[in-house]
Amino acid sequence: MDPTFNIMDKKLYLVASLLIAMASSALAQQGNLLIKGGTVITITQGVKENTDVLIMDGKIAEIGKDLKATAGTRVIDATGQFVMPGIIDAHSHIGIDAVNEGTHPVTAEVNVGEAIDPFDIAIYRALAGGVTISHAMHGSANAIGGQCQTIKHRYGVLDPEAYKMQGAPRTIKFALGENPIRVHGEGQGIVPRTRMGVEQVFRSSFSEAKVYKKNWEDFRKGLTRLAPEYNLRMETLADILDGKILIHCHSYRADEILMLMNVLRDFGVKKICFQHVNEGFKVAPELAAFGASASVFADWWAYKFEVYYSTAYNAAILTKNGVVTSINSDSDELIRHLYHEAAKTQRYGGLNDDEALRLITLNPAIQLGIDHRVGSIEKGKDADLVIFNAHPLSIYAIPQLTIVDGIVYFDRNNDKADMRLEIDPEEKFDFKYYERWKEKDNCMQDVTETLFFGQQYHNSLHGH
Amino acid sequence: MRKIYPYRISAIIALLLTFSATQAQMVGKSERGPFLLKNATIHTISKGVMTGDVLIKDDMIAEVGPNLASGRSYTTLDCTGKHIYPGMIDLGTQLGLSEIESISVTNDFSEIGDVVPQMQALTAVNPNAVTIPVTRTNGITTVLVSPKGGRFPGTAALIDLHGYTPAQMDAGFRAVVMNFPSSGRRGRFDRRTDEDIKKDGEKAFKKLNEIWDDAVLYAKLDSAAQSQKATLPGYQPEMEALKAVVRKQQPLLIEVSKSTDIILALDWIKKTGVKAILTGVAEGYRVADKIAAAGIPVITGPVLDTPRRPYDKYDAPYTNAAQMMKAGVVVAIRSDEAENVRNLPFNAGFAAAYGMGIDEAYKAISLVPAQLLGMADRYGSIDVGKVANLFISNGDPMETKTTIEQVFIRGWKIPMENRHTLLYDEFLQRSPGK
Repeated sequence: MDPTFNIMDKKLYLVASLLIAMASSALAQQGNLLIKGGTVITITQGVKENTDVLIMDGKIAEIGKDLKATAGTRVIDATGQFVMPGIIDAHSHIGIDAVNEGTHPVTAEVNVGEAIDPFDIAIYRALAGGVTISHAMHGSANAIGGQCQTIKHRYGVLDPEAYKMQGAPRTIKFALGENPIRVHGEGQGIVPRTRMGVEQVFRSSFSEAKVYKKNWEDFRKGLTRLAPEYNLRMETLADILDGKILIHCHSYRADEILMLMNVLRDFGVKKICFQHVNEGFKVAPELAAFGASASVFADWWAYKFEVYYSTAYNAAILTKNGVVTSINSDSDELIRHLYHEAAKTQRYGGLNDDEALRLITLNPAIQLGIDHRVGSIEKGKDADLVIFNAHPLSIYAIPQLTIVDGIVYFDRNNDKADMRLEIDPEEKFDFKYYERWKEKDNCMQDVTETLFFGQQYHNSLHGH
Repeated sequence: MRKIYPYRISAIIALLLTFSATQAQMVGKSERGPFLLKNATIHTISKGVMTGDVLIKDDMIAEVGPNLASGRSYTTLDCTGKHIYPGMIDLGTQLGLSEIESISVTNDFSEIGDVVPQMQALTAVNPNAVTIPVTRTNGITTVLVSPKGGRFPGTAALIDLHGYTPAQMDAGFRAVVMNFPSSGRRGRFDRRTDEDIKKDGEKAFKKLNEIWDDAVLYAKLDSAAQSQKATLPGYQPEMEALKAVVRKQQPLLIEVSKSTDIILALDWIKKTGVKAILTGVAEGYRVADKIAAAGIPVITGPVLDTPRRPYDKYDAPYTNAAQMMKAGVVVAIRSDEAENVRNLPFNAGFAAAYGMGIDEAYKAISLVPAQLLGMADRYGSIDVGKVANLFISNGDPMETKTTIEQVFIRGWKIPMENRHTLLYDEFLQRSPGK
């Protein structure tokens, strides 16, 4: 230790750390701002040229011309720039320490919200791409995976709790097809090894949960004397049956999508968002009739067999068939340019600007059950905004400023290179370098390192 | 003349539609010219932008200019309000070498062995790969297919994206690929200690030099044997494949990304005197002046990538190409993709936005790649005497919403269908619907 670091300094250091910890654990900050003269893309009420947006206490207070703010409010000149709602990613794995509890085909009791990592630099990089909210999801190893967490990208706060979007509905990850089949059937020799088995995991789990619910109801009515054994997994499944938790289901093939809708219909569950859903386009009328939504990649395909018969026109077909559709990232990389991913629906399917931008704003908000709070620029909504120097669907657009609850968390003109929050003074910088890792199927993190990347990953690791 | 009843016509049409709809892998036939593309905005890339016509005869661009005369046999395409660009060239792909990433038996880019430069990418290119029409209909007409994996994973080949045999697609360029020893972590799962990483790097570098010394010796022996009309004893295919590299008859593609490794690679190039092209070069911006001073050209990408170090500025991968270009490095942009090579123009578009500028960014995926391979006399721009690899679009091809309307490869008018468009046609309004 540095000998000059004496006892007095130590005390000061402790006090300072304590103060920082207290400040950061307080409720998330809410700011005041006046954004002047931008082209405001409201999503719900058209595009308004040369318009101001007034933010008070973290909410959108007013949208209009020549707005005035109280003295001391920061004024942002957005002349010639484009103001849009903060981008929402309905499928990501950033900001969490663990992704897969891949130990059982049903792990409804676990929750990624208990392992939030405020130090994840990917959160800042997402902000730099205009993303203000993401849905940090459990992985796809299990047919019924863990619960997920909707987070606001308040990068810089150190309290994991402060990332959670208060009031956002609970969500849970389900998974169909290859991933649960490989992990449990092929990996451990237990059901499911086929898509038939996957169906039965849902049917037996929901049936057990119904019995569990009935036992508790009987007990509460006084019909039975002995309280049933408390079981968090069953509690969670019962909450799904009661519509208290939104299902977000990893899925690819049309047949398995239809299967899950049939199961849900039989158990009276109405709310579901299919994730990835590469073959959603094949059953778009069925999805629309069920009221299921879809969260898709713009153009990822052919990385595994179940996405071989894909089309980049998926989002356009789903949208034109009346399915509420979003474009997600599932990746540290794609999350940085979801505005570009959304624009691909204009090349592949000719969606108009409004339809394309809904895919990354209002529609993911609907899928996460937070559309009354975010997803459009409307009076009273959370002041989550991003300002671009050109139309956000242009390849040449660069996000300039990203705002969460009226606080600026990313400013391109004030962006230092090293944005890490946790720096180890002992670290050797040269070893913090990582060769490129081609990110596909991030839903399989933590399961095993080589099981699903197989021989190729092994080769690439030992090749050079 | 036999009367054809309307119902029969509709029955035939229905049959044809059913056929094309159920065969989502098949696309139509390409057509032969001469084609006269009239009244387009021509982005020549070599000589600026002009309004005029392009005449395609056989494989070649026969004429470019205003008001070209039409011949009787010409098929004329009115391009008023449209744009013509040279086809894009991607110098870093596994297109046609990989069908489904997670199924190893469909992947043909990584052979067993650390030193296997004799493995020919061209041999394993599947001309009927579903990914090829998906790629070329987006305006990419020529790609380098590269083996991946060990120290010398094989020989890359340049192909045009039309043809039914590898020989038909072959554009004539070959280069051995080398992965320069990396002193970085191989990914997030690489949990070797710092010490082990350092040791492994040094060991690999020592081994590389041994291989190279062998190759130099082999080339000398080979020359000596030839001068005495003798044959070398034994069969050493890997040494045979490195002969042209040692003799500087063929460039060596050196994959390297970490800044300190780039400097080591530049030293190694100087020492060995190889005709080198650096590929990857993710941290080129950190040592751009040194690359420029060495005069070594670069194929970089993907641009749409995360920074390599947690403390890097978030936009480092976006600005890398521009920073190298501004330092004086010749920079081409690649996708480093198999199934999504179609994103090449978007990689260039991001580089354009983050400092490269629109004109230079498009050059980096057309004329510069051609120059870099020594093939600019035949590829990379809209000029008389060049191979007719070009396309008609309704705007800037790097802009996301632009539609690529018609692609020509070696003068062939390419069907603009692929699995993705065919599935769209079939399922947009499904019948039966509900």
